[in-house]
Amino acid sequence: MTQQPSSTVAAATPTADERDKRGKKSPAHFDANPAKAGWATKLVLGLLCFLWLVPLFGTFITSFRTVQAADSSGWWTFLGSLDELTLDNYRRALQGSDMGPGLINSFAITLPATFIPLLVAAFAAYAFTFMEFPGRDFLFLAIVSLLVVPNYVAFVPMLQIYATLDLNGTFPAVWLAHIGFGMSLAIYILRNYMATLPGTVIESAKVDGASHFQTFWRLVLPMSVPALAGFAIFQFLWVWNDLLVALMFIGPGENAPVTQKLSELKGQFGQGANLTTAGAFITMVVPVAVFLFLQRFFVRGLTAGAVKG
Amino acid sequence: MTIKLLNALLTVVYGVGAALILYWALNKLAEVLPDKVEARIKPYFYILPAYFAISVYLLYPAIQTVINSFQDRASEEWVGLQNYTDLLSSSNFRDTLFNTLLWILIVPAATVVIGLAVATLADRLRPSTEKLAKTIIFLPMAIALVGAAVIWDLVYAVRPESQPQTGLQNAIVTALGFDPINWLQESTLHLNSLLLMLVLLWAQVGFAMVLLSSAVKGVPIDTLEAARIDGASERKIFFQVVVPQIKGTIITVFITVLISVMKIFDIVFVMTRGNFNTNVLGNEFFTQLNTNFNNGAAAAVVVMLMVAVIPVMFYQVKHFKAEEANA
Repeated sequence: MTQQPSSTVAAATPTADERDKRGKKSPAHFDANPAKAGWATKLVLGLLCFLWLVPLFGTFITSFRTVQAADSSGWWTFLGSLDELTLDNYRRALQGSDMGPGLINSFAITLPATFIPLLVAAFAAYAFTFMEFPGRDFLFLAIVSLLVVPNYVAFVPMLQIYATLDLNGTFPAVWLAHIGFGMSLAIYILRNYMATLPGTVIESAKVDGASHFQTFWRLVLPMSVPALAGFAIFQFLWVWNDLLVALMFIGPGENAPVTQKLSELKGQFGQGANLTTAGAFITMVVPVAVFLFLQRFFVRGLTAGAVKG
Repeated sequence: MTIKLLNALLTVVYGVGAALILYWALNKLAEVLPDKVEARIKPYFYILPAYFAISVYLLYPAIQTVINSFQDRASEEWVGLQNYTDLLSSSNFRDTLFNTLLWILIVPAATVVIGLAVATLADRLRPSTEKLAKTIIFLPMAIALVGAAVIWDLVYAVRPESQPQTGLQNAIVTALGFDPINWLQESTLHLNSLLLMLVLLWAQVGFAMVLLSSAVKGVPIDTLEAARIDGASERKIFFQVVVPQIKGTIITVFITVLISVMKIFDIVFVMTRGNFNTNVLGNEFFTQLNTNFNNGAAAAVVVMLMVAVIPVMFYQVKHFKAEEANA
């Protein structure tokens, strides 16, 4: 075992403030660190980025090709037949294969399944951080240990319960499941973040006569925006991209989200790659847009909650 | 379509509204009580909905699943250990277990190594270039694994020898003069399983990289300088100065990826349906439940997953307590 100097432990668990400073300071980190990329580093990274993008690019091209073209030649030959490119695949996927309604379903599933756990977890995290009560430490440790329980446990029993409640196939069936599955991670991340907020501010609010409810809405929530945004984006991507929970609780039918429609499309025998690739792009356009526009918040939220743990 | 949209919108408004009203009502309820009781009971009101959700969706089902695993396919009669013995005595299931083990052994370690390599190398680029490289590697994180499966199907696609290849990998193989290979059906040395793992690596390395990158940037420059003044090589600095200081993050990333790998389902389900000796526990569970309609066997598969997770759970709690003690 190597001996760890105590300063490294502090470095591994920086406070939110330190982390923010560090984020802004990263150009300075670059300037101060004499290790600069040589040609080999640039080549390796360039190659890796290229390999990462090629499959995506091929999919993109294929989604605009005709059935005949996609079936008889590689996508890399598309420059030879530019006039054959078509939007027809997208029209067919959206209408013929029901991915248009699938998109609406995905929104109807994802928005509440992101917002509700965030609200529920924020209240719980507030209680864990700013309130004293018997059993607090034990209850929080229970959350930590539940972080790793696979959500597979829920399917057989919940299907039975949903059947008696007639909930199978409805949106609330999936929301509730995602609330349960995402809850321990949400509480964990938010509580870790709230613990770094200055306690004096919350104390003074109390002295000024603010109730917990007011302190929560007016003070703690606004101050926790980085962690809230980070988890919201994480949960949004997770729920939107989920297939298993939707397959279990919604199943085939009018309420199925895009991921499930895509899986069905791919499962149909003899579907050309031109159609499934168009379906893949329809499935990914929303999460990729969310990701690219909100990447900054996402990364900050992820590192705020997780680098700690 | 419009009706569909309106319906969806209404359901969303109802759901979100109900959640907000719940907390407002809980708070009102606490406020009617005498002050002393209010102060004592309020924390529990705040955590109650969270624990209710966790109890209904994790705790109760965990217990019920254990019970189901000792019952028959319709959860009506007790059958003792039969679900377990049936599964374990089937050679197909033993292959499934072995495949899952391969995923567990290979993917988390590979994710951490590649993620750390990218994070460390990219740290040496100019900030704007670094950002671009990291965005590219991170991007697949936003793509559903179903989508990733479609994307990689195009890489692995195969056509008969006489026709032009539409898959990238076979185009390269045939250009080099070899016969095309049916990649996803080639289970020699678990090649097809490894190719499925590659899809998950493509999707997940960015996540590891982002967390590790922020840890690498947190390593104090003076510790690096001190090592350099002492004449340490870059390699030595990396392994003896950087890695020990970011050990906590490495462990976090490893555990997170490990847990998601144990549950892997989408990629296998969409790309091979578990055929050609690529089956894993997640897909086996789905097959038992939705194809065989066997609640008992499905529950037994989940119990095995839970047992495998228990050591990780203890470690997680230990790790957390140590971090808290340091904070």
